[in-house]
Amino acid sequence: MMLDATRGGVMLAIVIMALATYLTRAGGVFVMSRVPIGPRVERFINAMAGSVLVAVITPMAVNGDWGARMALVATLGVMLVLRKPLPAITAGILTAALWRLF
Amino acid sequence: MTPEHDSRLTLDHLVSGFRRMAPLSLFVIVFGLAFGVAALQQGLSGLETMMMSGLVFAGAAQFATLELWGETVPLLPLVAITLAINARHLLMGAAFYPHLRELPVGRRYASLILLTDANWAMAMTGGSTAARLGILVGGGIALWSTWMIGTGLGVVFGSGISEPESFGLDAIMGCFLLAMLVGDKRDLSVLLPWGAAALAALAAMAWLPPHAHVIVGALAGGVVGLLLPSRQEGRV
Repeated sequence: MMLDATRGGVMLAIVIMALATYLTRAGGVFVMSRVPIGPRVERFINAMAGSVLVAVITPMAVNGDWGARMALVATLGVMLVLRKPLPAITAGILTAALWRLF
Repeated sequence: MTPEHDSRLTLDHLVSGFRRMAPLSLFVIVFGLAFGVAALQQGLSGLETMMMSGLVFAGAAQFATLELWGETVPLLPLVAITLAINARHLLMGAAFYPHLRELPVGRRYASLILLTDANWAMAMTGGSTAARLGILVGGGIALWSTWMIGTGLGVVFGSGISEPESFGLDAIMGCFLLAMLVGDKRDLSVLLPWGAAALAALAAMAWLPPHAHVIVGALAGGVVGLLLPSRQEGRV
């Protein structure tokens, strides 16, 4: 199905895209509100929560250049030592910028 | 006034969430600017570009579907790519559900309108239910505002920063999410599910269609967590 790129057609497509996106934002909560949450479900979602981030970050490290990789290493190192996100992120960005500069 | 277990979200919680997300939000301006420039080059009008950023508010999906906006707009690919890239929200929402359980249905689903990687990751790091909701909603408002400011700047001024890589800006989101992940860590038992998630994500990138890796990795990590022997107390 195609929409003509008239102003109305584009606006309608944008609204449809927005609704599809909201569906993903609300869908997980909708399902969970209908699933009885026992200890097994809880273990699953607790392990899954961090795993989402791991699965997002891993390709950045694998596909990225050495600047991106060293940025992640610097963030991890500072985070483990200081436990404060802002210095850790700053260290990561500076590492990437300096790595690419030299 | 507000006990730890009280889930009532007050203006203070919203402001506090907004403030905590504000530093990162400033970087979102750059991404919004890049999107505004790219969307105009693709032939979208300034108004349409602003509408898309405002209503969709999902940078990865907006960038990935840009090439579809031509003389005609193919709806099926548009919806399919949008759902595939944003499917991670399903799992993020599910993981956040325990903090939404006590809310009336209307407020529960309204709280999710601005859910995105950064405010979700920060809200998962801890605090009372009200504080987490403050980060999700207040932080979401901060991110949405700067995303709109950035898109607007891109629409108005055209090509500003065309290569964010050279400034290390592309690394920001990865570093931020990693910092949130490590901050969330309580003990070493998470390393098994996380290792499984990383391996499954890599395998999915190699052998499955694009954008499947986040879902596959997250589910793999969840299953490994489910299979591990339960710890003494149910709630971690």
